[in-house]
Amino acid sequence: MTINLKALLTVTSVAAALMASSALAQTELRMMWYNDGSEGEVMQTILDRFEADNPDITVVLDVVPYKAVLESLPIQLAAGAGPDLARVTDLGGLSEYYLDLTPYVSDTEYWETSFGPFLDWLAPDSDRISGFMTQLTVTGPYVNKTLFEQAEVTMPGDGATWDDWATAVVIVADKLDIPIPMAWDRSGHRVAGPAIAMGAKMFDADGNPALVDDGLKKMAQRLYDWHQDGTMSKELWGSVSGSTYLGANEDFANGQVVFYMSGSWQIPQFANKIGDAFDWWAVPAPCGDAACTGMPGGAALVALQDTKYPEEVGKLMDFLAQEENLAEFYGKTLFIPGHLGLATGGVEFATDDPRAKHALETFSAAVPTISQTAFDLQGYKNNRVMFNALISRLNEAIVGELTLEQAYTRMEEDVANQLAELNR
Amino acid sequence: MANLTDKIKISDRLAGAAAWLVHQFFRLFEIPLSFIQRIVGVRGMPWIFLLPNLAFFGLFVVIPLFINFAFSFTGGTDLFLSDRVYTGTEQYGFLLDCETFGDPITCREDRFWKGLYNTATFTVFQVTFLVLFSMITALILNREIRGRGFFRAVFFFPVLLSPVVVALIWKWILLRDGILNAFLVSVGLDKILFFVSPEWSMFWAVFVSIWAHMGFYTLILLAGLQAIPPDLYEAAEMDGTSKERVFWRITLPLLWPNLLVVVVLALIKGVQIFDEVFVLTGGGPGTATQFIVQYIYNTGFTEPVRNFGLASAASIVLGLVLFVLTITQLAATRARDNG
Repeated sequence: MTINLKALLTVTSVAAALMASSALAQTELRMMWYNDGSEGEVMQTILDRFEADNPDITVVLDVVPYKAVLESLPIQLAAGAGPDLARVTDLGGLSEYYLDLTPYVSDTEYWETSFGPFLDWLAPDSDRISGFMTQLTVTGPYVNKTLFEQAEVTMPGDGATWDDWATAVVIVADKLDIPIPMAWDRSGHRVAGPAIAMGAKMFDADGNPALVDDGLKKMAQRLYDWHQDGTMSKELWGSVSGSTYLGANEDFANGQVVFYMSGSWQIPQFANKIGDAFDWWAVPAPCGDAACTGMPGGAALVALQDTKYPEEVGKLMDFLAQEENLAEFYGKTLFIPGHLGLATGGVEFATDDPRAKHALETFSAAVPTISQTAFDLQGYKNNRVMFNALISRLNEAIVGELTLEQAYTRMEEDVANQLAELNR
Repeated sequence: MANLTDKIKISDRLAGAAAWLVHQFFRLFEIPLSFIQRIVGVRGMPWIFLLPNLAFFGLFVVIPLFINFAFSFTGGTDLFLSDRVYTGTEQYGFLLDCETFGDPITCREDRFWKGLYNTATFTVFQVTFLVLFSMITALILNREIRGRGFFRAVFFFPVLLSPVVVALIWKWILLRDGILNAFLVSVGLDKILFFVSPEWSMFWAVFVSIWAHMGFYTLILLAGLQAIPPDLYEAAEMDGTSKERVFWRITLPLLWPNLLVVVVLALIKGVQIFDEVFVLTGGGPGTATQFIVQYIYNTGFTEPVRNFGLASAASIVLGLVLFVLTITQLAATRARDNG
């Protein structure tokens, strides 16, 4: 009887413990995430700590392709079936679906001081707190320095123009028989910085989008000419249609490209993939007639209003946004900090690779030189409408379906039509 | 002998047990079906058996069709119909606003018309060569050739592959550093950037599509060929009829019903082309291989402003094209049946 009583007590205790633990682990938060490099692993280690501190909350990191974030997430959000949190790059475009974290974070002043200007990117029409930048990005070029050395061509220095670079890379490619002298990511965002450098204003005097002007035409003409004379390969931009994104990172990593216009987010990938196979070197944004600027941008982790657990989401965001956690995240992922305190104080990046360190310094140093127009464009919530019209129509001109003049007209019509549809 | 008898007894018992199980299984349905038959009568029973299929068809085809039709008369970016703005026939007007219908650049929505023309070009070439090659292959595989079973399997194998796999295989073959270019270089020729040229891109889109689907149509034609009574060929042979005459006078007329099915199915699949070409060429270069379904997909789902109304209107236009093709097929079949 005593044994039976003991057994009963043991069984009851175990059942009670199990019930208690299942009652504690009631909240499951789902975070949609994409990876450029190893940031998912770094985030997971931080989430593990959060879960250890908060046994009643489980966070599931749903890693998806970047395309899913661009194309599937907006549909999910429109249908009211999105995740609790997501890592996004269309910062302003999805702002209507963000949760206002203001009532749920413990110290709103910390958020405003640490993420001030970036909060406006996430909430262009209000003062909400919706998330923080997992990385600040700056567009700019990488150069295969080893090829320049092998070709015995001097690399253009600070203040070099786009034309200087185009001339130099063609010489290098010709000497060494490299198939692609210059490659750009197929993205309107990538073209926007150099267009602004050429004098593009992007907005009219009233602040309305005005994509086509003389500055944009100057850059578009160059891109058109470079594709016709072989400075850029039509294979990258010409081989797909519409606004489809294509990067030349694989070609660059394989030593097939002399000069690659992309951005700071490629650093961890190049450090991993290229290593010391050749000297990949970030260089300052080439100059145009008006400025020497790239485009700012980045990815943000945002809370979404579909969540059933706003308080738990707020708790998680508070934890992740802590300076020490973000210092660890930025340091291990080699991302430029989107936290003002860390940007000023500096982050200890976990790399011994001199090329990665140089690239991080180059892109960090580029931030103060970014044109105000570029910041305004990045902060404009419908900027993707402009980027997509720019890249898709310019591409149709490059492959000979439209003249450049027809492409400019179509760009303006595309932007007008889409904004009209949006404002119905 | 006794052993054999035992074995027969055991197998008889097993068969009896299996039959009993099957009988019991179907008896489970007897009571509810008898009850339903009492309610709907014998004449109503076929509808009861069709009901699951009809429900499935209604839920996933008919209802979405009506929703899509309703969407085509609305605008804005809201997902739910109740939230959307009624725009009348504005979306259709936008699609069909052209100065010259023969020149897509003069159309307000030039990409829709480019997609339409590209689809027409693709369909004409793909269907023509698909039917031709399927016919030739079926005729060869119908003969007593060595390894016939093996070749039948080889030709049918691509049909089993997913369109994405098919496209990726060919993409790896055709890229700048792909197998085909490696071969060209090895024989002293220059590399060809296939996906940069509109003509090459369209050629490979047609070629890959034929490669992937030919086995299916070959199978239909092969079944048709095998259904032709051999006596007719024997009689023709005895009469000393030439092979060409046998083909034109016996094979082709008797194969005609299967051929018609193949043409219509290929036409409908051709107009609906999307996945393979989307992965293979991405619709490029420019819009050279962007077909109507990709236009609908891009307009509705990949643009930053998701224009569901315009995409729905375009899909209604596509539906009308398919409807006309189906009616033509029905008319052709009836005309033939009526002599």
